[in-house]
Amino acid sequence: MAKLIGLTGNEAIAYAVKQCNVDVVAAYPITPQTIMVEVISEYVYNGEMNAEFICVESEHSAMSACVGASLAGARVFTATASQGLALMHEMLYIASGLRCPIVMGVANRALSAPINIHGDHSDMMGSRDCGWIQIYAENAQEAYDWTIQAFKIAEDPRVLLPVSVNIDGFILSHSMEGVRVLEDEEVAKFLPQRKPVISIDPDKPITVGALCLPDYYFEVKFQQVQALKETLNVIREVNREYEVLSGRKYSFIDAYAMDDAEAAIVCLGSTAGTAKAVAKSLREEGKRVGVIKPWVYRPFPEEELVKAVENVKALAVLDRACSFGAPFNALCSDVIAALYRYERKDVKIFNCVYGLGGRDITFNDLKLIFNDALETAETGIVREHVKYVGVRE
Amino acid sequence: MSEIKAGWKSLPLGGYLLEPGSALKYKTGEWRSFRPVIDQKRCVNCLLCWIYCPDSAIIRLEKYVDVNYEYCKGCGICANECPVKCITMVEEKR
Repeated sequence: MAKLIGLTGNEAIAYAVKQCNVDVVAAYPITPQTIMVEVISEYVYNGEMNAEFICVESEHSAMSACVGASLAGARVFTATASQGLALMHEMLYIASGLRCPIVMGVANRALSAPINIHGDHSDMMGSRDCGWIQIYAENAQEAYDWTIQAFKIAEDPRVLLPVSVNIDGFILSHSMEGVRVLEDEEVAKFLPQRKPVISIDPDKPITVGALCLPDYYFEVKFQQVQALKETLNVIREVNREYEVLSGRKYSFIDAYAMDDAEAAIVCLGSTAGTAKAVAKSLREEGKRVGVIKPWVYRPFPEEELVKAVENVKALAVLDRACSFGAPFNALCSDVIAALYRYERKDVKIFNCVYGLGGRDITFNDLKLIFNDALETAETGIVREHVKYVGVRE
Repeated sequence: MSEIKAGWKSLPLGGYLLEPGSALKYKTGEWRSFRPVIDQKRCVNCLLCWIYCPDSAIIRLEKYVDVNYEYCKGCGICANECPVKCITMVEEKR
Protein backbone atom coordinates (compact mmCIF):
# COMPACT_ATOMS: atom_id res chain seq x y z
CA MET A 1 0.00 0.00 0.00
CA ALA A 2 1.49 3.31 -1.09
CA LYS A 3 2.18 5.87 1.62
CA LEU A 4 1.74 9.61 1.16
CA ILE A 5 4.50 11.60 2.85
CA GLY A 6 5.65 15.20 2.78
CA LEU A 7 8.97 15.61 0.96
CA THR A 8 10.85 18.40 -0.75
CA GLY A 9 12.29 17.70 -4.20
CA ASN A 10 15.71 17.11 -2.67
CA GLU A 11 14.28 14.76 -0.04
CA ALA A 12 12.17 12.91 -2.60
CA ILE A 13 15.28 12.04 -4.64
CA ALA A 14 17.20 11.09 -1.47
CA TYR A 15 14.31 8.84 -0.38
CA ALA A 16 14.30 7.14 -3.78
CA VAL A 17 18.09 6.65 -3.62
CA LYS A 18 17.74 4.98 -0.23
CA GLN A 19 15.17 2.56 -1.60
CA CYS A 20 17.27 1.85 -4.70
CA ASN A 21 19.88 0.14 -2.56
CA VAL A 22 22.73 2.31 -3.83
CA ASP A 23 26.25 1.08 -2.97
CA VAL A 24 28.32 4.24 -3.32
CA VAL A 25 27.52 7.94 -3.02
CA ALA A 26 30.30 10.46 -3.65
CA ALA A 27 29.25 14.08 -3.56
CA TYR A 28 30.20 17.60 -2.66
CA PRO A 29 27.65 20.04 -1.21
CA ILE A 30 26.37 22.93 -3.31
CA THR A 31 23.23 25.04 -3.04
CA PRO A 32 20.44 24.16 -3.81
CA GLN A 33 21.33 20.47 -3.99
CA THR A 34 23.06 20.17 -0.58
CA ILE A 35 20.07 18.72 1.26
CA MET A 36 19.83 15.85 -1.19
CA VAL A 37 23.20 14.41 -0.15
CA GLU A 38 22.87 15.65 3.42
CA VAL A 39 19.78 13.47 3.85
CA ILE A 40 21.58 10.55 2.19
CA SER A 41 24.56 10.97 4.55
CA GLU A 42 22.10 10.77 7.47
CA TYR A 43 20.59 7.57 6.06
CA VAL A 44 24.07 6.07 5.81
CA TYR A 45 25.01 7.25 9.32
CA ASN A 46 21.78 5.87 10.81
CA GLY A 47 22.29 2.54 9.12
CA GLU A 48 19.11 2.95 7.06
CA MET A 49 21.22 2.70 3.94
CA ASN A 50 24.07 0.26 3.44
CA ALA A 51 26.27 2.46 1.27
CA GLU A 52 29.75 3.89 1.18
CA PHE A 53 29.48 7.67 1.47
CA ILE A 54 32.64 9.28 0.09
CA CYS A 55 33.29 12.89 1.09
CA VAL A 56 35.38 14.46 -1.64
CA GLU A 57 37.10 17.81 -2.07
CA SER A 58 35.31 18.91 -5.24
CA GLU A 59 32.68 17.91 -7.78
CA HIS A 60 35.42 16.92 -10.20
CA SER A 61 36.58 14.39 -7.61
CA ALA A 62 32.99 13.40 -6.83
CA MET A 63 32.36 12.31 -10.40
CA SER A 64 35.82 10.70 -10.61
CA ALA A 65 35.05 8.60 -7.53
CA CYS A 66 31.66 7.70 -9.01
CA VAL A 67 33.27 6.55 -12.25
CA GLY A 68 35.68 4.29 -10.35
CA ALA A 69 32.95 2.83 -8.17
CA SER A 70 30.65 2.30 -11.12
CA LEU A 71 33.41 0.49 -13.04
CA ALA A 72 33.91 -1.76 -10.02
CA GLY A 73 30.28 -2.81 -10.38
CA ALA A 74 28.61 -0.64 -7.73
CA ARG A 75 25.27 1.12 -8.05
CA VAL A 76 26.29 4.77 -7.77
CA PHE A 77 24.59 8.09 -7.06
CA THR A 78 25.80 11.66 -6.87
CA ALA A 79 24.17 15.07 -6.91
CA THR A 80 25.19 18.58 -7.83
CA ALA A 81 24.13 21.93 -9.28
CA SER A 82 25.41 24.96 -11.13
CA GLN A 83 29.16 25.59 -10.60
CA GLY A 84 29.50 22.06 -9.29
CA LEU A 85 28.13 20.61 -12.51
CA ALA A 86 30.40 22.95 -14.46
CA LEU A 87 33.40 21.72 -12.48
CA MET A 88 32.34 18.14 -13.23
CA HIS A 89 32.06 18.85 -16.95
CA GLU A 90 35.20 16.95 -17.95
CA MET A 91 34.21 13.91 -15.91
CA LEU A 92 30.65 13.87 -17.27
CA TYR A 93 32.05 12.92 -20.68
CA ILE A 94 34.26 10.28 -19.09
CA ALA A 95 31.31 8.76 -17.22
CA SER A 96 29.29 8.44 -20.42
CA GLY A 97 32.29 7.48 -22.58
CA LEU A 98 33.24 4.68 -20.18
CA ARG A 99 29.59 3.62 -20.07
CA CYS A 100 29.06 4.07 -16.34
CA PRO A 101 25.38 3.82 -15.33
CA ILE A 102 25.62 6.53 -12.65
CA VAL A 103 22.50 8.41 -11.57
CA MET A 104 22.88 12.07 -10.63
CA GLY A 105 20.36 14.42 -9.07
CA VAL A 106 20.71 18.00 -10.29
CA ALA A 107 18.95 20.87 -8.55
CA ASN A 108 19.21 23.22 -11.52
CA ARG A 109 20.72 26.59 -10.73
CA ALA A 110 22.01 29.58 -12.69
CA LEU A 111 25.69 29.77 -13.60
CA SER A 112 27.99 32.56 -12.45
CA ALA A 113 28.80 35.43 -13.28
CA PRO A 114 27.06 37.33 -11.84
CA ILE A 115 26.79 34.86 -9.02
CA ASN A 116 23.28 33.66 -8.33
CA ILE A 117 21.98 30.70 -6.37
CA HIS A 118 18.48 30.43 -7.84
CA GLY A 119 16.92 28.12 -10.35
CA ASP A 120 17.43 28.10 -14.08
CA HIS A 121 18.62 25.50 -16.56
CA SER A 122 21.98 27.02 -17.60
CA ASP A 123 23.90 24.36 -15.71
CA MET A 124 22.48 21.26 -17.39
CA MET A 125 22.11 22.98 -20.77
CA GLY A 126 25.82 23.77 -20.57
CA SER A 127 26.41 20.01 -20.38
CA ARG A 128 23.68 19.15 -22.85
CA ASP A 129 25.95 17.24 -25.23
CA CYS A 130 27.81 15.20 -22.60
CA GLY A 131 26.17 11.92 -23.65
CA TRP A 132 24.01 11.56 -20.54
CA ILE A 133 20.34 10.68 -20.48
CA GLN A 134 18.64 13.84 -19.18
CA ILE A 135 15.30 13.90 -17.39
CA TYR A 136 13.41 16.93 -16.08
CA ALA A 137 10.81 16.56 -13.32
CA GLU A 138 7.84 18.87 -12.78
CA ASN A 139 7.36 18.18 -9.08
CA ALA A 140 8.70 16.12 -6.17
CA GLN A 141 6.56 13.10 -7.09
CA GLU A 142 8.05 12.98 -10.57
CA ALA A 143 11.56 13.43 -9.15
CA TYR A 144 10.97 10.41 -6.89
CA ASP A 145 9.47 8.26 -9.64
CA TRP A 146 12.10 9.12 -12.25
CA THR A 147 15.01 8.50 -9.86
CA ILE A 148 13.89 4.91 -9.34
CA GLN A 149 13.34 4.43 -13.06
CA ALA A 150 16.67 6.13 -13.85
CA PHE A 151 18.71 3.33 -12.27
CA LYS A 152 16.79 0.69 -14.20
CA ILE A 153 17.25 2.56 -17.48
CA ALA A 154 20.93 3.34 -16.88
CA GLU A 155 21.92 -0.20 -15.90
CA ASP A 156 20.14 -1.96 -18.76
CA PRO A 157 22.84 -3.73 -20.85
CA ARG A 158 21.43 -2.07 -23.97
CA VAL A 159 22.03 1.36 -22.40
CA LEU A 160 24.89 1.53 -19.87
CA LEU A 161 24.82 5.31 -19.77
CA PRO A 162 24.56 7.78 -16.91
CA VAL A 163 21.31 9.64 -16.17
CA SER A 164 20.70 13.08 -14.69
CA VAL A 165 17.40 13.71 -12.92
CA ASN A 166 16.82 17.47 -12.94
CA ILE A 167 14.68 19.46 -10.54
CA ASP A 168 14.33 23.24 -10.58
CA GLY A 169 16.52 24.75 -7.86
CA PHE A 170 14.51 26.00 -4.85
CA ILE A 171 11.20 25.87 -6.73
CA LEU A 172 11.29 22.08 -6.45
CA SER A 173 14.40 21.32 -4.41
CA HIS A 174 13.10 23.22 -1.37
CA SER A 175 9.29 23.02 -1.70
CA MET A 176 7.52 20.35 0.27
CA GLU A 177 4.82 18.37 -1.44
CA GLY A 178 2.87 15.19 -0.82
CA VAL A 179 4.75 12.31 -2.45
CA ARG A 180 3.36 8.81 -2.82
CA VAL A 181 6.21 6.46 -2.07
CA LEU A 182 6.47 2.76 -2.77
CA GLU A 183 7.34 0.14 -0.18
CA ASP A 184 11.04 -0.73 0.08
CA GLU A 185 10.31 -4.32 -1.02
CA GLU A 186 8.43 -3.14 -4.09
CA VAL A 187 11.39 -1.04 -5.20
CA ALA A 188 13.80 -3.90 -4.45
CA LYS A 189 11.76 -6.17 -6.68
CA PHE A 190 11.54 -3.60 -9.47
CA LEU A 191 15.26 -2.86 -9.21
CA PRO A 192 17.28 -5.93 -8.19
CA GLN A 193 20.98 -5.68 -7.44
CA ARG A 194 23.06 -4.34 -10.32
CA LYS A 195 24.58 -6.98 -12.59
CA PRO A 196 27.50 -5.29 -14.32
CA VAL A 197 28.25 -6.43 -17.86
CA ILE A 198 31.99 -5.91 -17.42
CA SER A 199 33.66 -4.73 -14.24
CA ILE A 200 37.19 -4.20 -13.07
CA ASP A 201 38.49 -7.23 -11.24
CA PRO A 202 42.11 -7.88 -10.16
CA ASP A 203 41.79 -11.54 -11.14
CA LYS A 204 40.70 -10.68 -14.68
CA PRO A 205 42.58 -7.51 -15.59
CA ILE A 206 41.21 -5.21 -18.28
CA THR A 207 42.20 -1.72 -19.38
CA VAL A 208 39.65 1.06 -19.13
CA GLY A 209 40.20 4.50 -20.60
CA ALA A 210 43.06 3.53 -22.92
CA LEU A 211 44.29 5.95 -25.57
CA CYS A 212 42.09 5.76 -28.64
CA LEU A 213 43.60 7.44 -31.66
CA PRO A 214 41.91 8.56 -34.90
CA ASP A 215 41.71 4.95 -36.07
CA TYR A 216 39.29 3.85 -33.28
CA TYR A 217 37.92 6.90 -31.40
CA PHE A 218 35.12 7.55 -33.90
CA GLU A 219 33.76 3.99 -33.59
CA VAL A 220 33.70 4.16 -29.79
CA LYS A 221 31.77 7.44 -29.95
CA PHE A 222 29.36 5.92 -32.45
CA GLN A 223 28.62 3.17 -29.92
CA GLN A 224 27.30 5.94 -27.67
CA VAL A 225 25.14 7.35 -30.46
CA GLN A 226 23.60 3.92 -30.93
CA ALA A 227 23.18 3.33 -27.19
CA LEU A 228 21.23 6.58 -26.80
CA LYS A 229 18.98 5.55 -29.68
CA GLU A 230 18.40 2.16 -28.05
CA THR A 231 17.64 4.00 -24.80
CA LEU A 232 14.33 5.11 -26.30
CA ASN A 233 13.09 1.49 -26.33
CA VAL A 234 14.39 0.83 -22.83
CA ILE A 235 12.69 3.93 -21.40
CA ARG A 236 9.43 2.80 -22.97
CA GLU A 237 9.72 -0.64 -21.32
CA VAL A 238 10.74 0.76 -17.92
CA ASN A 239 7.89 3.29 -17.98
CA ARG A 240 5.41 0.49 -18.65
CA GLU A 241 6.77 -1.70 -15.88
CA TYR A 242 6.78 1.22 -13.45
CA GLU A 243 3.18 2.03 -14.31
CA VAL A 244 2.14 -1.49 -13.37
CA LEU A 245 3.97 -1.11 -10.07
CA SER A 246 2.98 2.43 -9.10
CA GLY A 247 -0.11 3.23 -11.15
CA ARG A 248 1.66 6.35 -12.41
CA LYS A 249 2.12 6.65 -16.14
CA TYR A 250 5.31 8.14 -17.53
CA SER A 251 6.50 8.61 -21.06
CA PHE A 252 8.92 10.78 -23.04
CA ILE A 253 6.50 13.65 -23.17
CA ASP A 254 3.76 14.85 -20.87
CA ALA A 255 1.14 16.18 -23.27
CA TYR A 256 -1.55 18.22 -21.51
CA ALA A 257 -4.77 19.04 -23.37
CA MET A 258 -3.05 18.49 -26.70
CA ASP A 259 -5.74 16.52 -28.55
CA ASP A 260 -7.32 19.50 -30.28
CA ALA A 261 -4.86 22.23 -29.25
CA GLU A 262 -3.99 24.75 -31.96
CA ALA A 263 -1.45 26.60 -29.84
CA ALA A 264 0.82 25.18 -27.18
CA ILE A 265 3.67 25.93 -24.82
CA VAL A 266 6.67 23.60 -24.75
CA CYS A 267 8.71 23.81 -21.55
CA LEU A 268 10.77 21.76 -19.09
CA GLY A 269 10.33 21.18 -15.38
CA SER A 270 8.18 23.02 -12.87
CA THR A 271 7.04 25.76 -15.27
CA ALA A 272 4.84 23.16 -16.93
CA GLY A 273 2.75 23.02 -13.75
CA THR A 274 1.89 26.71 -13.98
CA ALA A 275 1.41 26.45 -17.74
CA LYS A 276 -1.13 23.65 -17.25
CA ALA A 277 -3.10 25.80 -14.80
CA VAL A 278 -3.12 28.69 -17.29
CA ALA A 279 -4.12 26.35 -20.13
CA LYS A 280 -6.98 25.04 -18.00
CA SER A 281 -8.28 28.52 -17.36
CA LEU A 282 -7.94 29.54 -21.03
CA ARG A 283 -9.77 26.38 -22.05
CA GLU A 284 -12.67 27.52 -19.87
CA GLU A 285 -12.79 30.60 -22.14
CA GLY A 286 -12.96 28.26 -25.12
CA LYS A 287 -9.35 28.71 -26.24
CA ARG A 288 -7.73 25.58 -27.65
CA VAL A 289 -4.37 25.56 -25.89
CA GLY A 290 -2.17 22.83 -24.47
CA VAL A 291 1.18 22.15 -22.82
CA ILE A 292 3.99 19.85 -23.91
CA LYS A 293 6.55 18.97 -21.29
CA PRO A 294 9.42 16.72 -22.39
CA TRP A 295 10.23 14.51 -19.41
CA VAL A 296 13.11 13.07 -21.34
CA TYR A 297 15.29 15.75 -22.90
CA ARG A 298 18.15 13.46 -24.00
CA PRO A 299 17.67 11.36 -26.02
CA PHE A 300 15.31 13.94 -27.52
CA PRO A 301 11.95 12.31 -28.18
CA GLU A 302 11.36 13.65 -31.70
CA GLU A 303 8.73 11.11 -32.70
CA GLU A 304 6.59 11.67 -29.62
CA LEU A 305 6.90 15.44 -29.94
CA VAL A 306 5.77 15.35 -33.55
CA LYS A 307 2.83 13.16 -32.58
CA ALA A 308 1.84 15.58 -29.81
CA VAL A 309 1.74 18.58 -32.15
CA GLU A 310 -0.36 16.89 -34.79
CA ASN A 311 -3.09 19.54 -34.81
CA VAL A 312 -0.97 22.46 -33.66
CA LYS A 313 -0.52 25.64 -35.68
CA ALA A 314 1.74 27.58 -33.32
CA LEU A 315 4.22 26.72 -30.58
CA ALA A 316 5.83 28.90 -27.94
CA VAL A 317 8.98 27.12 -26.79
CA LEU A 318 10.27 28.26 -23.41
CA ASP A 319 13.93 28.14 -22.49
CA ARG A 320 15.19 28.76 -18.98
CA ALA A 321 18.77 29.19 -20.24
CA CYS A 322 20.53 31.29 -22.83
CA SER A 323 22.47 29.87 -25.78
CA PHE A 324 24.33 33.12 -26.35
CA GLY A 325 24.69 34.02 -30.00
CA ALA A 326 22.63 31.08 -31.24
CA PRO A 327 19.66 31.61 -33.57
CA PHE A 328 17.41 29.89 -31.00
CA ASN A 329 17.98 28.60 -27.50
CA ALA A 330 18.51 24.94 -26.61
CA LEU A 331 15.01 23.47 -26.26
CA CYS A 332 13.63 25.56 -29.12
CA SER A 333 16.46 24.49 -31.44
CA ASP A 334 15.63 20.86 -30.70
CA VAL A 335 11.92 21.37 -31.27
CA ILE A 336 12.55 23.14 -34.58
CA ALA A 337 15.01 20.44 -35.66
CA ALA A 338 12.52 17.66 -34.83
CA LEU A 339 9.69 19.34 -36.76
CA TYR A 340 11.99 20.04 -39.71
CA ARG A 341 12.92 16.39 -39.83
CA TYR A 342 9.26 15.38 -39.96
CA GLU A 343 8.48 18.11 -42.50
CA ARG A 344 6.15 20.09 -40.27
CA LYS A 345 7.21 23.44 -41.67
CA ASP A 346 3.61 24.67 -41.27
CA VAL A 347 3.99 24.96 -37.48
CA LYS A 348 4.90 28.52 -36.52
CA ILE A 349 7.39 28.64 -33.68
CA PHE A 350 8.73 31.33 -31.42
CA ASN A 351 11.16 31.09 -28.53
CA CYS A 352 10.78 32.69 -25.09
CA VAL A 353 13.74 32.95 -22.75
CA TYR A 354 12.43 33.31 -19.20
CA GLY A 355 13.21 32.99 -15.54
CA LEU A 356 16.99 33.41 -15.67
CA GLY A 357 18.60 33.49 -12.23
CA GLY A 358 15.38 32.21 -10.69
CA ARG A 359 13.10 35.08 -11.74
CA ASP A 360 9.50 33.99 -11.30
CA ILE A 361 7.38 33.12 -14.28
CA THR A 362 3.84 33.98 -13.28
CA PHE A 363 0.35 32.91 -14.30
CA ASN A 364 -0.01 36.20 -16.18
CA ASP A 365 3.34 35.90 -17.97
CA LEU A 366 2.28 32.52 -19.30
CA LYS A 367 -1.19 33.80 -20.20
CA LEU A 368 0.42 36.48 -22.38
CA ILE A 369 2.64 33.86 -24.04
CA PHE A 370 -0.39 31.64 -24.73
CA ASN A 371 -2.25 34.61 -26.23
CA ASP A 372 0.75 35.39 -28.45
CA ALA A 373 0.80 31.79 -29.57
CA LEU A 374 -2.94 31.86 -30.30
CA GLU A 375 -2.50 35.04 -32.33
CA THR A 376 0.35 33.43 -34.26
CA ALA A 377 -1.83 30.36 -34.87
CA GLU A 378 -4.55 32.59 -36.27
CA THR A 379 -2.43 34.94 -38.40
CA GLY A 380 0.40 32.58 -39.27
CA ILE A 381 2.83 35.40 -38.54
CA VAL A 382 5.66 35.25 -36.01
CA ARG A 383 6.33 38.82 -34.90
CA GLU A 384 9.42 38.13 -32.84
CA HIS A 385 11.37 34.89 -33.07
CA VAL A 386 13.12 35.12 -29.71
CA LYS A 387 11.54 37.01 -26.81
CA TYR A 388 13.04 37.67 -23.41
CA VAL A 389 10.12 37.51 -20.99
CA GLY A 390 9.94 40.45 -18.60
CA VAL A 391 13.48 41.75 -19.08
CA ARG A 392 13.67 45.49 -18.25
CA GLU A 393 15.07 48.04 -20.67
CA MET B 1 48.65 -1.02 -44.06
CA SER B 2 45.89 -3.19 -45.41
CA GLU B 3 44.78 -4.47 -41.97
CA ILE B 4 40.98 -4.47 -41.55
CA LYS B 5 40.05 -2.66 -38.35
CA ALA B 6 37.06 -3.55 -36.16
CA GLY B 7 33.87 -1.51 -36.55
CA TRP B 8 31.66 -0.12 -33.78
CA LYS B 9 29.67 -3.35 -33.47
CA SER B 10 32.60 -5.64 -32.74
CA LEU B 11 34.78 -3.24 -30.76
CA PRO B 12 34.54 -3.79 -27.00
CA LEU B 13 32.18 -1.38 -25.25
CA GLY B 14 33.59 2.05 -24.46
CA GLY B 15 37.00 1.26 -25.94
CA TYR B 16 37.83 -1.16 -23.11
CA LEU B 17 40.76 -3.50 -23.64
CA LEU B 18 39.63 -6.90 -22.46
CA GLU B 19 42.98 -8.69 -22.73
CA PRO B 20 45.88 -7.68 -20.52
CA GLY B 21 49.27 -7.04 -22.09
CA SER B 22 47.91 -5.83 -25.41
CA ALA B 23 50.40 -2.94 -25.42
CA LEU B 24 53.03 -5.53 -26.46
CA LYS B 25 51.39 -5.62 -29.87
CA TYR B 26 51.95 -1.92 -30.35
CA LYS B 27 55.50 -1.36 -31.56
CA THR B 28 56.29 2.19 -30.49
CA GLY B 29 59.84 2.05 -31.82
CA GLU B 30 58.58 3.68 -35.00
CA TRP B 31 58.09 6.93 -33.10
CA ARG B 32 61.84 7.32 -32.51
CA SER B 33 63.81 10.16 -34.05
CA PHE B 34 66.97 9.58 -31.93
CA ARG B 35 68.20 6.12 -30.98
CA PRO B 36 70.20 5.38 -27.84
CA VAL B 37 73.44 3.60 -28.71
CA ILE B 38 75.18 1.91 -25.79
CA ASP B 39 78.95 1.58 -25.62
CA GLN B 40 78.79 -1.81 -23.91
CA LYS B 41 82.52 -1.84 -23.13
CA ARG B 42 82.05 1.15 -20.83
CA CYS B 43 78.72 0.02 -19.34
CA VAL B 44 79.09 -0.67 -15.59
CA ASN B 45 75.75 -2.56 -15.44
CA CYS B 46 74.40 -0.23 -12.73
CA LEU B 47 70.88 -0.67 -14.22
CA LEU B 48 69.86 2.96 -13.64
CA CYS B 49 68.71 3.13 -17.28
CA TRP B 50 66.69 -0.07 -16.75
CA ILE B 51 64.98 1.54 -13.74
CA TYR B 52 64.29 4.88 -15.42
CA CYS B 53 63.20 3.67 -18.86
CA PRO B 54 59.45 4.57 -19.06
CA ASP B 55 58.84 1.93 -21.74
CA SER B 56 60.70 -1.03 -20.20
CA ALA B 57 62.81 -1.04 -23.35
CA ILE B 58 66.15 -1.73 -21.65
CA ILE B 59 67.17 -5.36 -21.85
CA ARG B 60 69.28 -6.78 -19.01
CA LEU B 61 72.16 -8.96 -20.12
CA GLU B 62 74.73 -10.58 -17.86
CA LYS B 63 77.40 -7.86 -17.84
CA TYR B 64 75.80 -4.91 -19.60
CA VAL B 65 72.48 -3.73 -20.98
CA ASP B 66 70.97 -3.48 -24.43
CA VAL B 67 68.01 -1.65 -25.99
CA ASN B 68 64.82 -3.16 -27.37
CA TYR B 69 64.41 -0.96 -30.45
CA GLU B 70 60.92 -2.34 -31.16
CA TYR B 71 59.58 -0.33 -28.22
CA CYS B 72 62.22 2.36 -27.47
CA LYS B 73 60.66 5.75 -28.35
CA GLY B 74 64.02 7.49 -28.14
CA CYS B 75 63.13 9.76 -25.23
CA GLY B 76 66.78 9.93 -24.08
CA ILE B 77 66.13 9.44 -20.37
CA CYS B 78 68.61 6.53 -20.27
CA ALA B 79 71.37 8.66 -21.82
CA ASN B 80 70.61 11.44 -19.36
CA GLU B 81 70.70 9.16 -16.31
CA CYS B 82 73.73 7.04 -17.27
CA PRO B 83 76.44 7.86 -14.65
CA VAL B 84 79.32 6.84 -16.94
CA LYS B 85 77.79 8.50 -20.03
CA CYS B 86 78.12 5.41 -22.19
CA ILE B 87 74.78 6.01 -23.99
CA THR B 88 74.77 8.32 -27.00
CA MET B 89 71.61 9.54 -28.75
CA VAL B 90 72.16 9.17 -32.50
CA GLU B 91 69.76 10.64 -35.04
CA GLU B 92 67.69 8.04 -36.90
CA LYS B 93 68.20 8.14 -40.65
CA ARG B 94 65.18 6.35 -42.06
